[in-house]
Amino acid sequence: MASAASGRPPEAPGSTSRAVAAFSTESLTARYDATGPDVLKNVTMAVPAGTLYAVLGPNGSGKSTLMRVLMGTLRPIHGSARIAGRELRDWDRRELARQVGAVAQSEDQPFPMTVRELVSMGRYPHLGPLRPEGDEDRAAVNEALERCDAAQLSSRYVSTLSGGEFQRIRIARALAQKPRALALDEPTASLDLRHEMSILQLLRESADSGLTVLLITHHLNLAARFADQMLLLSEGRVAAQGSPEEVLREGVLEEVYGWPVSVRPDPVSGAPSVTPLG
Amino acid sequence: MSRRALAVLLLAIAVAGLLAGVFLGPEPLSWSVVVDALLGRGSSTLHRVVWDIRLPRVILALLVGGGLAMAGTVFQALLRNPLAEPYILGISGGAATGAVSVMALGLVSLTSWALPAASFAGALLAILLVFRVASAADARLDVGVLLLAGVVVGAFFVAILSLILALSDAETVRSAVLWTMGSLRGATWRTVLVVGTYTVPTTLALLGLARSLNLMAIGEETASYLGADVERVKKMAYGVASMVTAAGVAATGVIGFVGLIVPHGVRLLIGSDNRALLPISFVAGGAFLTLADLVARTALAPAELPIGVITALVGVPLFLVLLRRMVRRQIG
Repeated sequence: MASAASGRPPEAPGSTSRAVAAFSTESLTARYDATGPDVLKNVTMAVPAGTLYAVLGPNGSGKSTLMRVLMGTLRPIHGSARIAGRELRDWDRRELARQVGAVAQSEDQPFPMTVRELVSMGRYPHLGPLRPEGDEDRAAVNEALERCDAAQLSSRYVSTLSGGEFQRIRIARALAQKPRALALDEPTASLDLRHEMSILQLLRESADSGLTVLLITHHLNLAARFADQMLLLSEGRVAAQGSPEEVLREGVLEEVYGWPVSVRPDPVSGAPSVTPLG
Repeated sequence: MSRRALAVLLLAIAVAGLLAGVFLGPEPLSWSVVVDALLGRGSSTLHRVVWDIRLPRVILALLVGGGLAMAGTVFQALLRNPLAEPYILGISGGAATGAVSVMALGLVSLTSWALPAASFAGALLAILLVFRVASAADARLDVGVLLLAGVVVGAFFVAILSLILALSDAETVRSAVLWTMGSLRGATWRTVLVVGTYTVPTTLALLGLARSLNLMAIGEETASYLGADVERVKKMAYGVASMVTAAGVAATGVIGFVGLIVPHGVRLLIGSDNRALLPISFVAGGAFLTLADLVARTALAPAELPIGVITALVGVPLFLVLLRRMVRRQIG
C-alpha cells in the first residue's frame, strides 16, 4: 500500500543487466497503409522485465500504434518487434495471449453480458475454442476479480457499470489470462481521481509482484510517480527514454508538446512534476 | 429461466411441433392411421400423405428454421450488430434473382428441382461477390465493408429481380411473389437430404466457433489480444453461416423474421454466450418454423398461407413482449 504514496521503489531498475526485455523493438518502422505515411519511424526501445514502463507522447505520436505492433496485430515494415526476446511473427496468438494481457483503448458491447462472462473471456488463451472451463479457470477469474476489487460486481450486467468499474473489469480480464506482462492503452482516460489512482496503484502492485506493465498514458505527472522507466514519442520517433528524471526535462517537453513547461520535483512524492506555463 | 430448462422446454416444443405437423393438416389423422402409415400398413394414399408429404415437410421446417436462427445469431456476433439477420448480406436477393430468372425464362415450374438449384447458384454468387469486395489487399476481412457491400449487393439483385418481374407475365409474377414469401410446400425427402447435408455439418462447425464468436462480439482488436485468430474466425463464420442460409433459402424461398427474432428472443432469455445461444437458437428456430408452417397450412385449409406472413404475424408480437420484459428488467 505504501508503494503508491512513496512512488517508485528506491532501487534503480532499467540497468541493462536484466537478461531479456519483456517488450523490445529495434529500428522499428510501421504504417497502416502500404502507401501511407510512416506512423512509427526507426523506434528502438526495450521494456525491462518486471518494471512499470510508461509510453508518453502527444496525440498522434504513435503510442497506440506501438502497442499494436508489440501485440502483433500490425506488422512492421522495417525493423523488428520482440516479446520476451522472440520475434512477434513467431508467436502463436493464443501463446501470445498467455504471455501478455492487453487492454485496448476501447471495445464494443453490442449484446448484454455479465461481468463474469466478460472476465471469463480471459481464459480463452488457455482453453481455446472447445475445452470447457475447469476449476483452475474459475479460480483464475475469481482471483482476478478480487485483485481488481470487482468481485461484488460479478453478476452485474456490463452495461450498468460506471466508467471506472468497466476499466477495472477489463484489467481483471487481462489478469485472468495469467500473463507475465500487461499492456494497457490509456486505461485511466476519462476516470476521476480516485478511480485513476486505484488503477495506477493496482498496476504498480502488479509490477512489484513481478509482472511487466506497459502503460500508455497522457498523464505525465502520474507516470513520473508510478513508472520505473518511460518512453516519450514525438511524431513517430523516440524523443527520449529512460528514468522519469531523464525523460521529463523542460527542453525536451517544450519541443515535443510545443508548449512552455516547468519541471520541479513534486513536494510530496519527489518525482518530477510538469506544470504547463502561460 | 435456466439454460437447461429452456433447452428442454424448446426441445419438447420442437417434438410436439413435429408430431402435430404429422397428425394435423387439411385432413387431421388419428394415431392409428399415422402408425399404420409409418409401418407401411393401411391405404397407399394415407401412406403417401404421412410418409412422403407431411414427414419430410416437418423435418425440413426444423432444419431450415434451425439453420436460419443459427445463421442470424452468427451474423449478429460477426457484424457486432443486433439488426443483422441471415439475409442482411445479400443472400436473399441473389437467391430470389436466381429463382425468378429461371421462372421467367419458362424453364421450370414452381416444383422443379432446377428452381432450388438456380436460387442456390444466385445465393452463392451474392456471397462470393460480397466476400470479394470486403476482402482488402492484405486478405483481411473488414466487417464494416462486409455489411455495406452485402446491403448494396442485395439491393442490386433486388433491382434485377424487379426488372425481370416488370418484363414478365402475370402468372410468373404471382409465382415469384409467392416464392419470395417462402413456403415448405415443395418438401421432399430429396430436399431434406440436401438441406440436411448442408445444415448438419455446418451446425457442428458453428458450435465449434461459439467461444471465438463471443470474443468477436466485443471487437476484433480485443479478440486478437485474447488469443482469437480473428481473420480465420471471420471467414469461417461468414462462409458457414452463408452456406446454411443459401441451402435454406434455395429449398423454401425467403422466410423472414426467424433469423432475426429467434436469436434475440433466446438471448433475452439466457444471455449472449454463443456456446448456449447457438444450439438453443437452432432448436427454437426449428420449433418456431414447424409451428408456423402448421398454422400456414391449417388456418385456411385447403388454401395455404405464405409462411413468411405467419412468422412475422406471430413472431413480432412475441418478440415485442420479450423486449418489453427486458427493458423493464434493466430499468427496474
